[in-house]
Amino acid sequence: MSTVIKVENLSKQYRLGQVGTGSLAHDLNRFWHRMRGKEDPYLKIGEINDRSVKGSSEYVWALKDINFEVKHGEVLGIIGRNGAGKSTLLKILSRTTTPTTGSVKLKGRVASLLEVGTGFHPELSGRENIFLNGAILGMTKHEIKSKFDEIVDFSGVDRYIDTPVKRYSSGMYVRLAFAVAAFLEPDILIIDEVLAVGDAEFQKKALGKMKDVSNKEGRTVLFVSHNMTAVEALCENVVIIEKGTVKYTGHTIEGIKDYLRIESDKGTFKVATQEFEWLNFYSKPQFDANEDLEFQIEFNSRATYNELFVDCAIVNEKGDIVIHIKSDTITSPHAAREGKVLTNFLVESPKLVPGNYSITIYAYNKSEVLFWGENIVGFKINSKSFFGNRMFIENNRGVLLPRIDVTFQQS
Amino acid sequence: MIKVTENLAVNLPDEGNWDIVIEPQANLLDIKLKDVWQYRDLLFLFVKRDITAQYKQTILGPLWHFIQPVFTTIVFVMVFGKIANIPTDGIEPVLFYMSGITIWNYFSSCLNSTSGTFVANAGIFGKVYFPRLVIPLSTMMSNMVKFGIQFFLLIVAIGYFGLTNGSFYFGFSWLLVPLLVIMMAAMGLGAGIIISSLTTKYRDFTVLIGFAVQLLMYATPVAYPLSYLKNESVINVVRYNPLTPIIEAFRFSLFNKGDFNGFQLLYSSIFIIVVLFIGLIIFSKVERTFMDTV
Repeated sequence: MSTVIKVENLSKQYRLGQVGTGSLAHDLNRFWHRMRGKEDPYLKIGEINDRSVKGSSEYVWALKDINFEVKHGEVLGIIGRNGAGKSTLLKILSRTTTPTTGSVKLKGRVASLLEVGTGFHPELSGRENIFLNGAILGMTKHEIKSKFDEIVDFSGVDRYIDTPVKRYSSGMYVRLAFAVAAFLEPDILIIDEVLAVGDAEFQKKALGKMKDVSNKEGRTVLFVSHNMTAVEALCENVVIIEKGTVKYTGHTIEGIKDYLRIESDKGTFKVATQEFEWLNFYSKPQFDANEDLEFQIEFNSRATYNELFVDCAIVNEKGDIVIHIKSDTITSPHAAREGKVLTNFLVESPKLVPGNYSITIYAYNKSEVLFWGENIVGFKINSKSFFGNRMFIENNRGVLLPRIDVTFQQS
Repeated sequence: MIKVTENLAVNLPDEGNWDIVIEPQANLLDIKLKDVWQYRDLLFLFVKRDITAQYKQTILGPLWHFIQPVFTTIVFVMVFGKIANIPTDGIEPVLFYMSGITIWNYFSSCLNSTSGTFVANAGIFGKVYFPRLVIPLSTMMSNMVKFGIQFFLLIVAIGYFGLTNGSFYFGFSWLLVPLLVIMMAAMGLGAGIIISSLTTKYRDFTVLIGFAVQLLMYATPVAYPLSYLKNESVINVVRYNPLTPIIEAFRFSLFNKGDFNGFQLLYSSIFIIVVLFIGLIIFSKVERTFMDTV
């Protein structure tokens, strides 16, 4: 299959801070260099894109030397933490800004969906907005006309089609906006987390439509999302972006594993000592929802501790502790000698709702805290083995998901 | 032999056959008028949006456009006509002022609305690509509708004074009117997109533009005829103002009175073409990266 998107050495530099006389001085200096045929002096001093570290340079590389290719008909997921550079990449791909260096080459018609309802005018009716929004996304009037009925049908707001959209509920607004976008027929579709809107029924519809777009219609799709389940369901391959560089390209399953490992690295070490050193966390990256959780935590001890306990807390994505393992209530203290200390944890069939979990670890001897690391490691509970109703799982707001039976009786 | 060429045909397109290439620098003259043509439906939908959205939830609707020229004309007749006693080249004062105001308003509204193109539309520009030039072109066209309404009012006034005074003129020179309107539109667009491009990073010009347009009106024979000017230095300022010949020619074509000089109009045309050309170049350079600085 032929390559339809080729990203070569793509970099983008941003200047931080405010626009004022300082930036004017830089602009003039840059202009002066260019007039003499010299290179932009500020391109050399950029720093890597790490939002958590305060840098010394005013210039930062939001993207640095990005390379990847997308084949025709491929659905590629782009994942990364907030501020990793995903949006900058999308902006360049959708031509709302240009790269500082490097290039992107595209084949065919491109439509980007960075937001639903771009250009919707609140005073205009749903009907008028379908035409306007469609045209903004690159459709001709004729194309919109021929798909008008399908769009209205898909959105499910038939009744309000001649009402100004400012009277719509936010859900209706989003439905109509997504419907227009869903009937675009570009060769390459770039989508940014637009699925994170609407109710469960609509999300299911949207996800299904996206699958159709890629599988049946053979279009190339770039999908940026934080929703790992959606990425897993839609994409064959993923690109992981971290601090402005490509960390991984390849198959989705391994990619997500990798990503979750990166994600869990962001935890904080509140107490860490040389005497009782944190070594390893052994666990499967993913558990099935009805499976037992089993993991090991390894420390290196450089002293003897007579009453050692290792506690841990399993924390869900919202930051709530769902399981707190207080080892002093379960087992007797360990008498640790010098050398490696391995603690084994077994949680029998916890029936946690699928999602990402992180683990906070706490080690102490009597009342002395030896180690305290918050959210330093993690695992994922996947939804694959569950009832088969994915939307139900994704929108489950509970903490636990035991086997449930619901039956009706009528008399 | 055939096989060899086939192989070539398969291998070649992959390298050079890209539809879109996104690169840091672009050709200076890469204005993408072809893209604008492809998005012509969007252009007309924007015009339609501007016009319909403006009158939603109003009772008088487009009639509001009558209010402004009527009141301005009344004030001008009082101030410049009755108080300052400025002659009007033998044209009925009401028609003299109203004609000047009508064509001037078109220019100033084109300039004012296109000069905010980038800043006002940053939200939509940041989310989706379409040729940015569509926006100023559409504001120019929706202002044209407003101009049409005000021009209609002017025609009604001309008809009224023609019936009461019997001094009615209608001739071939009326054919000049569309050309003059297009010149005004082009001038407003050209200057507007230059200002719009200059204000993406440094907003200083936005402060200036509001009253600069007002002041420019006094350097243009809107409220007085060019023939009234006596002071040499003042005459030169007004004469070299490229808008002067358009206003004078507009009155000449409608009333067949006043100064009309073909060379002056040619000077204006060249000036406008240069401004428009520079505007297009700057605009298409700025549109590529303005999202980073706006």
